[in-house]
Amino acid sequence: MKVNSPLQVYKYLPQTNCGECGEATCMAFASHLLDRSNKIEDCPPILDGKYKKKYLELSELLASEIREVIAGVGETAVKIGGDDVLYRHQLTFFDPTVLAYDVSDTMSEEELVGRVKKISEFKKFYVGAFLKVDMVAVRSTSNDPSKFKAAVKKVTETTTLPLILCSFNPEVLAAGLEVCADRKPILYAATKENWQQVSELALEHKTPVVLFSPGDLDELKTLAVSFKEIGINDIILDPGTYPRGEQLKTTFENFLKLRRAGIKEGQKDIAYPIMATPITSWMVNEDPITASYWETVLASVFTVKYGDMMIMHSIEPYALLPEVHIRSTIFTDPRTPVRVDPGVYEVGSPTKDSPVIITTNFALTYYTVESDISSNDINCYLATVDTDGIGVQASVAGGQLTAAKIKETFDNAGFDFKEKTSHNTVILPGMAARLQGDVEDTTGLNVKIGPPDSGRIFGWMETNWPPK
Amino acid sequence: MAKKMKINDVIELLKDADVEALEGVTFEGDIELEIDETAAGIDSLFAYTMGQETAKIGLYLLNLARSVGYPVDQIAGMPAQPLAPSVPKLSKLIESKFSVGTNDEWKTQIQEVTLGATSSDGGTRGHTITLGGEKALPYYFDAPMPNRNYVTIDVFDMPIGMAKAVKSNYEDVMEDPGEWAKKVVKEFNADLVTIHLISTDPLLNDTPAVEASKTVEEVLQAVDVPIVIGGSGNPEKDPLVLERAAEVAEGERCLLASASLNLDYERIAAAANKYGHVVLSWTQLEINAQKELNRKLMKQCGVDRDRIIVDPTTAALGYGLDYAYSNMERIRLAGLIGDEELNFPMSSGTTNAWGAREAWMVSSPLKEDSDWGPREYRGPIWEIVTGLTLALGGNDLFMMMHPGAVKVLKEITQTLFGSIKTDEIDLSNWVAEVVA
Ligand code: B12
Ligand code: SF4
Repeated sequence: MKVNSPLQVYKYLPQTNCGECGEATCMAFASHLLDRSNKIEDCPPILDGKYKKKYLELSELLASEIREVIAGVGETAVKIGGDDVLYRHQLTFFDPTVLAYDVSDTMSEEELVGRVKKISEFKKFYVGAFLKVDMVAVRSTSNDPSKFKAAVKKVTETTTLPLILCSFNPEVLAAGLEVCADRKPILYAATKENWQQVSELALEHKTPVVLFSPGDLDELKTLAVSFKEIGINDIILDPGTYPRGEQLKTTFENFLKLRRAGIKEGQKDIAYPIMATPITSWMVNEDPITASYWETVLASVFTVKYGDMMIMHSIEPYALLPEVHIRSTIFTDPRTPVRVDPGVYEVGSPTKDSPVIITTNFALTYYTVESDISSNDINCYLATVDTDGIGVQASVAGGQLTAAKIKETFDNAGFDFKEKTSHNTVILPGMAARLQGDVEDTTGLNVKIGPPDSGRIFGWMETNWPPK
Repeated sequence: MAKKMKINDVIELLKDADVEALEGVTFEGDIELEIDETAAGIDSLFAYTMGQETAKIGLYLLNLARSVGYPVDQIAGMPAQPLAPSVPKLSKLIESKFSVGTNDEWKTQIQEVTLGATSSDGGTRGHTITLGGEKALPYYFDAPMPNRNYVTIDVFDMPIGMAKAVKSNYEDVMEDPGEWAKKVVKEFNADLVTIHLISTDPLLNDTPAVEASKTVEEVLQAVDVPIVIGGSGNPEKDPLVLERAAEVAEGERCLLASASLNLDYERIAAAANKYGHVVLSWTQLEINAQKELNRKLMKQCGVDRDRIIVDPTTAALGYGLDYAYSNMERIRLAGLIGDEELNFPMSSGTTNAWGAREAWMVSSPLKEDSDWGPREYRGPIWEIVTGLTLALGGNDLFMMMHPGAVKVLKEITQTLFGSIKTDEIDLSNWVAEVVA
């Protein structure tokens, strides 16, 4: 982004404060353009012909430092790159690392379909949504265009996820494109040997393309500059992910160098998304558990440091779970308060005999507790106390979760225990056990202490509910 | 006035126009056309404002060329009528050189802090370990990293509950802290040992400080690596426990864990000063609290700069690691650009990772989740990824528990540090060569 104050942005807006964008004023809209919570296109008036010049100029000024490349189509399309800062606390990182998992064209059909299904169906609940993985990378290990074409076809029939077509042989890539060009796959990869044919394919099918130059940044830049000249802009850089030793150290440094050149030094001709291939762990580790562990280690390193997309092999839960979690860790927006509205929520369809459970309004806490109870089909009232978005343990320690706050939550919600319950009882989180006496005194309710972890409420209820 | 133009020039003019169909179209051969400049008015402003109009003009010009007999289609390599994009030819790559600068804002070095003392310094350790000293973010090319990361493995003064995957490694030594310490050094390659005096907790055994300090002596005898001494976390009792422990370990330059704002940190600082130890300055995910405590330790308690290590708190992957990571990275960056209240080596209680349910629960409590698979593989990788992320944020010392996790964390941090050499491998055909 070339601008940093709302005033600079404001100059380019219609300045009518018409409110069509949903903001009260153009100035407010300007500040949301800066923090990227709104897009220019959210302001309908500026799309009018008479503002065209300003619109184009502003688009240029607001464009992310690292180009954003889009692959795939429809709901599963992915955005790659798009970053503006070197450290997440400076703003936030945009476009979470795109995670792709491989299949190969020498797999049996059964194995291929099985893997693709696992990849597309994987999900892990976290803070109100499911963490998932994004793409399928089809590798040609046969180097046979017809085999590759058949494998790609099978993949497209099995999933709607976007694809990466992987081969250094342009004929193989062309064969793959015959059956999936309309799905906007990524071509992997153009090299200094095959660049002419691969660039033709990318131009013809308008697909993003990866430039691959293992360990050689001069060559990588040479390819990038040349592709740009040919008219290809949807470029992803692969400087090679060496799986171990000094070559891995150099790989790490190359990622840093590329990103620093793109963001800090504004070197436009290298400011493209970067991809990593942790899958190369499998070239040096024989034992599958070791290979998978090391692959996850590489994936974590390059999720933290500037990998915008990556290809992995292991789809074991002990690989996928940490991989989706480290991505969400790094790409969580540090600016947005992670809290939910306080109140007394119904989970399922509670009756007078259903428990009343107390928790806090930290989003991580709320969603963890809510999903633990709803997925176990427990009907209950979930009283979510306003602790300024602090979790149970920290808010007990910090004094945001108190008996008075708990009472206030029920009072504000107009929740009458006599009318709504037959038991006049609340359940406190195990970590808030020390509030028991206070809550009893302040509210006049019976207080039961639940387990420390809400994942165990279900088991706990078997012996502790209903209260005798 | 008529002007002679080549088709390529026309295309060049049209490039700025909003004409998708013409993007990337180039032509070979010199097809010359005569256009009346004043009539057609093809300049960039025109092209800009006319949009679609210019596209039509382009087509018109091509048709014109075709109608007067120029072999447009052949030259352009296009099928008869439609103006489909064709592939431009770049006959060879445009050679370029890549370069990038180093960061000149990082002018302040992180303090070096040594743990352990050998006989020449009045201790009994076999060797010492030096942490810190960085002049750049970890593993960055701006300046070499002087000291590698180190791992200290936890030992407790009583058997405690721990995740099954961890416990299975220690069942034979849980009753004997000395043996436990030997095991982590000899078998699991610990660089240091942390002895946690948790039995002193009034809610557990309430072991008197004097008795607990015997365990410290035992551990010092059992192993000759530098050691870390931890209390129970009870803010009332820890100062007393750590004072006694510091006394029996006089001269060994141990790390006392911890001084924090919610206990009597002055007593811990005084014990470190009196008996020659290092203080772990622990705050909870709050950069200003960290500055405050470090300032108090230095100014108010007179602790020397080379006797302070900070623990800004470790939250597990999925349970606040985002806070912990950014907090550490901010502390390290502030230190590098000159904040002398923050430029200290950092330590992480990486074992907190085992608190994450993904690390220890048999299976997901949620029916909707995909299968979590066997937990004995999830736990160690949870500890590794938690530690590794913080390593990238600037953490120097890791307090860990699972031997497998220790091994992998050491391997990756030492690889990035540059001390692991292996044969080179060739990636140029990895797509076909990965067998899995
Ligand atoms: C992230 C974190 C913070 C963040 C908080 C972010 C936030 N929005 O909450 C920040 C940096 C702000 C913070 C600050 C502090 N923290 Co803090 N923090 C943590 C940390 C690392 C993780 C906490 C977390 O998010 N857990 C995950 C959530 C989901 O857990 P939860 O809310 O407790 O919910 C679980 C259970 O309680 C239970 N549950 C929830 N609801 C219900 C309901 C029922 C009925 C049942 C049965 C169960 C149940 O299930 C949930 C899932 O397991 C922990 C250390 C750790 N445990 O790893 C320390 C920790 C909680 N913090 C601690 C402390 C002391 C503090 C401070 C007081 C430090 C200080 N001196 O300044 C401050 C207080 C700040 C405040 N309250 O204003 C201590 C608490 C010690 C104690 N036991 O009393 C901890 C344990 C660290 C430690 N080892 O000392 N902290
Ligand atoms: S829609 Fe555009 S013109 Fe209207 S208030 Fe928003 S920014 Fe201003």
